[in-house]
Amino acid sequence: MNTKNPKVYTDALSALHDLKSGMTLMSGGFGLCGIAENCIDALTMMDVKDLTVISNNIGNSGRGLVKILIQDKIKKAYCSYVGGNPDLEVRMLSKQVEVELVPQGTFSERIRAAGMGIRAFYTPTGHGTLIAEGKEVKMFDRPCILETALHADFAIIKAQRGDTFGNLWFKETARNFSPLMAMAAKTTIVEVEELVEVGEIDPHDIHLPGIFVQRIFQGKNYKNEIEFLVTEN
Amino acid sequence: MAWTNIEMADEVIKFFKPYSSVNLGIGMPTVIAERIPSDLNIMIHSENGVMGVSGRPKKENVSPTLINAGKETIAVKAGASFFDSSLSFGMIRGGHIDYCVLGGMEVDAKRNLANWMVPGKKVTGMGGAMDLVNGSKQVIIMMNHFSKDGVAKLLPLCKLPFTGLDVVDLVVTEMGIFKPNGKAFEIIKLADGVEKEDLKIDPSALF
Repeated sequence: MNTKNPKVYTDALSALHDLKSGMTLMSGGFGLCGIAENCIDALTMMDVKDLTVISNNIGNSGRGLVKILIQDKIKKAYCSYVGGNPDLEVRMLSKQVEVELVPQGTFSERIRAAGMGIRAFYTPTGHGTLIAEGKEVKMFDRPCILETALHADFAIIKAQRGDTFGNLWFKETARNFSPLMAMAAKTTIVEVEELVEVGEIDPHDIHLPGIFVQRIFQGKNYKNEIEFLVTEN
Repeated sequence: MAWTNIEMADEVIKFFKPYSSVNLGIGMPTVIAERIPSDLNIMIHSENGVMGVSGRPKKENVSPTLINAGKETIAVKAGASFFDSSLSFGMIRGGHIDYCVLGGMEVDAKRNLANWMVPGKKVTGMGGAMDLVNGSKQVIIMMNHFSKDGVAKLLPLCKLPFTGLDVVDLVVTEMGIFKPNGKAFEIIKLADGVEKEDLKIDPSALF
């Protein structure tokens, strides 16, 4: 019997069809490197608001997630760095968007923990700083603070290559938070530059097993923008 | 004469042991990558997921997916590896990185660092700095000695919100090299022609 592979979608809009207002969304990428360009463009066309977004930078200088930030679709953001993102810094200081700044290592580990079934962990990062306020402190070799797992309804991530089971291969530093977010979200949507048949990626080379991927589609029109082009000469 | 940024970078590099690993922060420390002699065989880590940064790419080799934590295009050398953010910060938090070099807004004699926000005015976020200062074996701060108002940024106690407590091992500025010992800054070295009184460090915080 031949049944249709339920993971494979045609485009971003169809893959995002059941994302609703008020949901929590993880978005992969470091700055603009490795962002899910097609999914972000689809979100600009969707009638959703009050999103909680978990993403390291929430875009940059008018690009990436800033496109939906300036449409006032984001209510709350978790991120580690807002430098270079004046649209977010302004909304943060005026309290238009609630921003929780999370140290980047704690940020990635909270996401990883969610995917791995770990509820919380102790870390020395942030002890004695503003981000420790209200958190449980416990003495090990040094004082540590308790940090909890970060879950999401959806994750939108981009990979260079993926097969129809959702096995993924990332290029260079475009991997960053994406495999962790794929593990942490209830529904992970992946867009790829090259969608291939199962078996075409060597099992040794798979960076993220497809078990963590619920939807995948062949993306298009990638810009892969460079934020700061610096060369030898 | 105060040091240039390149001279400051060269002073920092003198502290690196051959075959060690180094994480370089955004801004001033990135110049270090271009100054490290290749025969030191140092592996440069960037927290966005790469070990083995070699400096800038040639124009024809630029890749939009190969960047450092400052989002600048980079090149990598033989022996380099790519990994996800969790593994990258595991390297940091787990104590596997020998040195990190970060910029700073303020450092104090109690070895505290402030470098991520000015309340009500400016927020950049901490990025990976809080993890780096708590996890790296040695923490070196490379920064301008004075604020825009001409006040020394080496203080008895930081006024801005902390990035980490009791974490700074060494401070390199254009004026010299200083070691906060918990009570005061010890002068390790001064730039040629710089006198102790030029430092404008509060006398209670100067050894």
